[in-house]
Amino acid sequence: MTQFIKTLSVAVGLAVLASAIPARAQVYADSSTQLDKYLVPATTAVATPNDQGFLGRWLLLDPISKPNRSNTVFTDSYIREAFAVPYFKGQLGDVLPKDGSKVKVMVEYQPPVDLSGGRPMMRFPQEPVVYEKKEKKLQWHAFDSKRFNVKLFRFATNLTEDRYGVIFWAVTVVNCEEDIPNVRLAVGSNSASMWWVNGEEAVVLSGDRRMVMDDCASPRLTLKKGRNVIWGAVINGPGMSDFCARFIDEAGNPVKNITLTTK
Amino acid sequence: MKKNILVAGILALACVSAAAQVGAPYIHDPSTIAECDGKYYTFGTGGGGLISADGWVWESGAVRPGGGAAPDAIKIGDRYLVGYSTTGGGLGGGHAGRIVTMWNKTLDPNSPDFAYTEPVEVANSVVDEDCDAIDIGLLMDDKGRLFCTYGTYFGNIRMVELDPKTGERLAGNQPVDVAIDCEASIMIYNDGWYYLLGTHGTCCDGVNSTYNIVCGRSRNPYGPFIDNVGRDMLAGGGKMVIAAEERLFGAGHFGRYIVEPGVEKASLHYEADLDRSGRSVLAIRPLLWKNGWPECGELVKDGNYKILSRRRGYALELSVDFVRAQGGMRMFGFGRGQQEQPNVVLEGQKLEEVSADWPEGNIPVRANDYMARPHQKWTIEAVPEAGGYLGGPYFKIVIEGTNRALAAAEGAELVTVPEFTGADEQLWQIDQLTDGTFRLMPKAIPGCSERLCLYSVADSTPTLAKFDFNNDNCKWDLKMH
Repeated sequence: MTQFIKTLSVAVGLAVLASAIPARAQVYADSSTQLDKYLVPATTAVATPNDQGFLGRWLLLDPISKPNRSNTVFTDSYIREAFAVPYFKGQLGDVLPKDGSKVKVMVEYQPPVDLSGGRPMMRFPQEPVVYEKKEKKLQWHAFDSKRFNVKLFRFATNLTEDRYGVIFWAVTVVNCEEDIPNVRLAVGSNSASMWWVNGEEAVVLSGDRRMVMDDCASPRLTLKKGRNVIWGAVINGPGMSDFCARFIDEAGNPVKNITLTTK
Repeated sequence: MKKNILVAGILALACVSAAAQVGAPYIHDPSTIAECDGKYYTFGTGGGGLISADGWVWESGAVRPGGGAAPDAIKIGDRYLVGYSTTGGGLGGGHAGRIVTMWNKTLDPNSPDFAYTEPVEVANSVVDEDCDAIDIGLLMDDKGRLFCTYGTYFGNIRMVELDPKTGERLAGNQPVDVAIDCEASIMIYNDGWYYLLGTHGTCCDGVNSTYNIVCGRSRNPYGPFIDNVGRDMLAGGGKMVIAAEERLFGAGHFGRYIVEPGVEKASLHYEADLDRSGRSVLAIRPLLWKNGWPECGELVKDGNYKILSRRRGYALELSVDFVRAQGGMRMFGFGRGQQEQPNVVLEGQKLEEVSADWPEGNIPVRANDYMARPHQKWTIEAVPEAGGYLGGPYFKIVIEGTNRALAAAEGAELVTVPEFTGADEQLWQIDQLTDGTFRLMPKAIPGCSERLCLYSVADSTPTLAKFDFNNDNCKWDLKMH
């Protein structure tokens, strides 16, 4: 009887605890990596943030090769310099590239990764590698993410030959029916990243970062009535790459009275 | 010799400024602190008491007529009920005691409304019974019931119930014995429990006073009050709340002041302060609640700290380039003779190795993994000339080894300025919260009239925002290194 009461108490306790956590379905293991598990072509329907406010509609540029054997080099100075390079016309501008359009970018060329040899970061060359400069034609893709985050790594592995040592550029438009003051752009990224709102630097995530929701937030800013252009650049050496971004209000609640477009 | 005395004096002064109430906080048996029109008041044995405009600098000036011993005060509605014992606790041999209460609309002796009502007796003891009616303690519980405890070592601590409208004893109410072997009793109420606090040990013996404050608790205001190991306070039980410190002896006469949910203070006296000629002084400490028991925290000591967010555990740091420390990447190689290599001690990264590359002007702050790097190490020091708040002095928070100071900035954000100047936005109120964590609030924020606290708006992004005790974003751990 005593054991029964103990078991019942534990069960009730767990039930009370569970009631405080938002319900969600079990996430069963799935080894597949195809693109449509993560990203699908953006539709013409109006996109809104998900129930937690995450921004899911983005234009993504094919990764720009930027060889780095480790993410520990991503200091503030390094990423500011890396993202200040003018890679393509209209970078950080108000006019968005068209879905499917292509740009020519001069890159430090890396041969496709040979995954049969294990984790690339473990194979250190004895001498600094000199990479061949090559002009590559990179394409913009308009996607809707099926998840709260944007899985850049699977975008790269499914559509391009680059996966490690890369820079990803992303851009979206947040549309507001009226000014929304005192909000913050809250971002998590793997690895380092920088983000701009309407041409102004908003938030910097330096260092060897793992993607964590609401890892870094911008100072308070105003989303203005009409179009607001959000640019992001994510740099990664070896390992996974992705990001998640949303706007939060003063109380930390997600801003959801907005729509997303890629025009 | 004179030089040595001077140095000792200067050291003592520095110690006083950081560790104890400043001004002239001399008092014995302080009443629970009461706030009136922005000032704080406490009354003591013998009449009179202390006033403070900020809660840190105290001076004499409070007025309580009647003499006698060990008063207490409580605000009920828009009036103050002040109680005291007209007698002195049997030091002369007799134990006839008399507890009285009186009202005043204000505690400000300069106010035209300042006038005490005629004292009325609410409890007494006769010459040789097992009680000595002194040391009143007042509590109004969450149901609006007003309780009064009293008594001393001679016999029992007793409880009566008063009418909160009149301050008089409820008709027909009979005293109940609730504890023995203590004095300066008072009840407090928290989370469905009544706590009876009393002072044990030797009173009134200066630096040799062993006074200490203990407690038991009960679901019923009339007890039994049981301590943490199951002893009834009527059998002498009691769990320690606060005792002597290194230079302060004889902790007694507890009072509780709730600043706001999660921010509580305990008032008491120390019978002897070694830095003040061994005089009896007022002390205010953070009041913590640990596993359902009250316990006094400590004042923040000057020193070197890491400041860690409760949200994620990240350390507050300057937003500067991370500089890799010496030692290299060891990887996983335990072969090839590495096991036989002798150990060497590696130096931690030093300020001078990295600070030359820091920007000279303002530098933002953020939070990040603590790596014991110079840009993550802070020195927290009281600023004696800056005054304070209830129970603490204002502090400056600078990067260790520098004068670069954490400051509130326009837009209710944060920055570090290259030189501490003493400006209000560079002064910090640091309160230990009831759960043992800390709240850090700038004295002022440029362009903002609200009081806001250091707040984790994201794991790595500190800002300033409204305090909410139920939100870990508002809380920080201070750990000395």
